[in-house]
Amino acid sequence: MEFWQFHPTGVAGAGVLITEGVRGEGGILRNSSGERFMERYAPNLKDLASRDVVSRSMVTEINEGRGCGTEKDHVLLDITHLSPENIMKRLPGIREISIQFAGVDPIKAPIPVVPTCHYQMGGIPTNYKGQVVVPKDGNSNVPVPGFYAAGECACASVHGANRLGTNSLLDLLVFGKSAGETVVADFESGQLTLKPLPDDAADVSLARIARLESQTNGVEVNDVRLDMQRTMQKHAGVFRFADMLKEGVTKIMEVAERAKYTQIKDKSKVWNTARTEALELDNLIEVAKATMVSAEARKESRGAHVRDDAIDCAETPNGRDDKNWLKHTLWFSEGNRLDYKPVNLQPMSADVEPIALAKRTY
Amino acid sequence: MSSKRTVQFKIYRYDPDRDDKPYMQDISVELEESDKKLLDALVRLKAKDDSLSFRRSCREGVCGSDAMNINGKNGLACLTSIDELPQPITLRPLPGLPVIRDVIVDMTQFFKQYHSIKPYLVNNDPAPERERLQSPEDREELNGLYECILCACCSTSCPSFWWNPDKFVGPAGLLAAYRFLADTRDQATTERLDNLEDPYRLFRCHSIMNCVDVCPKNLNPTKAIGKIKDMMVRRAV
Repeated sequence: MEFWQFHPTGVAGAGVLITEGVRGEGGILRNSSGERFMERYAPNLKDLASRDVVSRSMVTEINEGRGCGTEKDHVLLDITHLSPENIMKRLPGIREISIQFAGVDPIKAPIPVVPTCHYQMGGIPTNYKGQVVVPKDGNSNVPVPGFYAAGECACASVHGANRLGTNSLLDLLVFGKSAGETVVADFESGQLTLKPLPDDAADVSLARIARLESQTNGVEVNDVRLDMQRTMQKHAGVFRFADMLKEGVTKIMEVAERAKYTQIKDKSKVWNTARTEALELDNLIEVAKATMVSAEARKESRGAHVRDDAIDCAETPNGRDDKNWLKHTLWFSEGNRLDYKPVNLQPMSADVEPIALAKRTY
Repeated sequence: MSSKRTVQFKIYRYDPDRDDKPYMQDISVELEESDKKLLDALVRLKAKDDSLSFRRSCREGVCGSDAMNINGKNGLACLTSIDELPQPITLRPLPGLPVIRDVIVDMTQFFKQYHSIKPYLVNNDPAPERERLQSPEDREELNGLYECILCACCSTSCPSFWWNPDKFVGPAGLLAAYRFLADTRDQATTERLDNLEDPYRLFRCHSIMNCVDVCPKNLNPTKAIGKIKDMMVRRAV
């Protein structure tokens, strides 16, 4: 749950995404002096390096004072060298977004961009059939009967600690289909043994709603959500620091404690979006805790998780410590407990060789 | 340009759980410099009064859920710049659909019409190994048709749809119908035209063109409807 992808090119201030395709068509990232800075960070792939690499390079430029604008808080994505016809034909949606949200016509001027939080590599652990798996009796991947997950909430563990653009289609089309077929097959087989629902099955959900209805002298949902967002951005962002993560764990627990006392004024039973937002906040807090606790515990850099105290040397390339940390984190809500399970590097087809672990270079 | 400023609103409010009838609420909100779109202001308003109800999701003009009537014209809150709107900014639900609460409308009738035109590719050939490819020229025919986000701004600005929401497909549904009629991979042209050959379903469009005026994606349903009418005529002669 510690691995989050920051998409390199969100419109500065708005967060709306500018697709990777813009760099695919020849777009160039530039700092305040107009330099194509990706040449320094990824001499071969340059602007087309992996998303985590580009995001970190951009943040480094901004942190070192080479950001653009009056606040020096973003960099520029330049496609002014492409022909207007090409932009209109190949990137019409991007031009529209840029004009709408950055007030910039990319035919004439570069687009202000910053990395923006985009995708969580982790999720509910599943196998390739969409069945949710849990550790049980020494086996780390035992399916839970009748429990399935697919899409961004799931983690079929094809992405590892990182993710390539467009891989969400793999999650949706391949594992979505697979999960659907598994559900049908499981139920048609008649072999599925489900535990009977306890009589008080709804009590937990009803208690959450009852708590919200009766809360007095509570805290505003908006305030707590903003606190959570700021805490995550500051303590578990593009770059991670040992001391900040430690402090982040304490802080997010404080925010989680406050979230227990959220209060809504709207008690209507019709389309109550205040209530929905309050319930959603509880869910977001769970994810935030899982992220911070898992990230603090992982004492290395791997994929999208990059720590300042991880050393880049022969034994730990890019700070990645395969000897101690080549493993998945499992976070349990009860008591914020962590467990680990091994990573499967073996392809399912016998005739496909596993890809050997190596230092990432671009 | 944008800076810290107070903006005045007049908002249609109705909560059937609490109100006997709808009323217009006068309310103002102080905005931060970073607040640029109407949706930013609505989120600030909701922080002030959490009972104000509206739909929202992507905040970038893709999901189409924050469509509403803004100063008398349908549009998306997330794509409308606050500073370009005369105040007080008057917000009402999309016209012609039943109101669920405040500016949230019941979209059932709108989607019923959309589904009635079978908004999916019909091709009975066996599925090929790879994608069903099109030439760039054939693909070009779909530009201006496939981009519709089903926000309902067009259909709920159309007097013909207000009169006959149960019989007239409406601009959004007809745009989608032509999207598949224009698709070289689709094999259901005859059935699609049969489905629309009726005094109401297609021919209630009188080219009033409100749909073109309000579409937040700058699409032209009237033009697409004209092309369907052309196809009808051509197959009749």
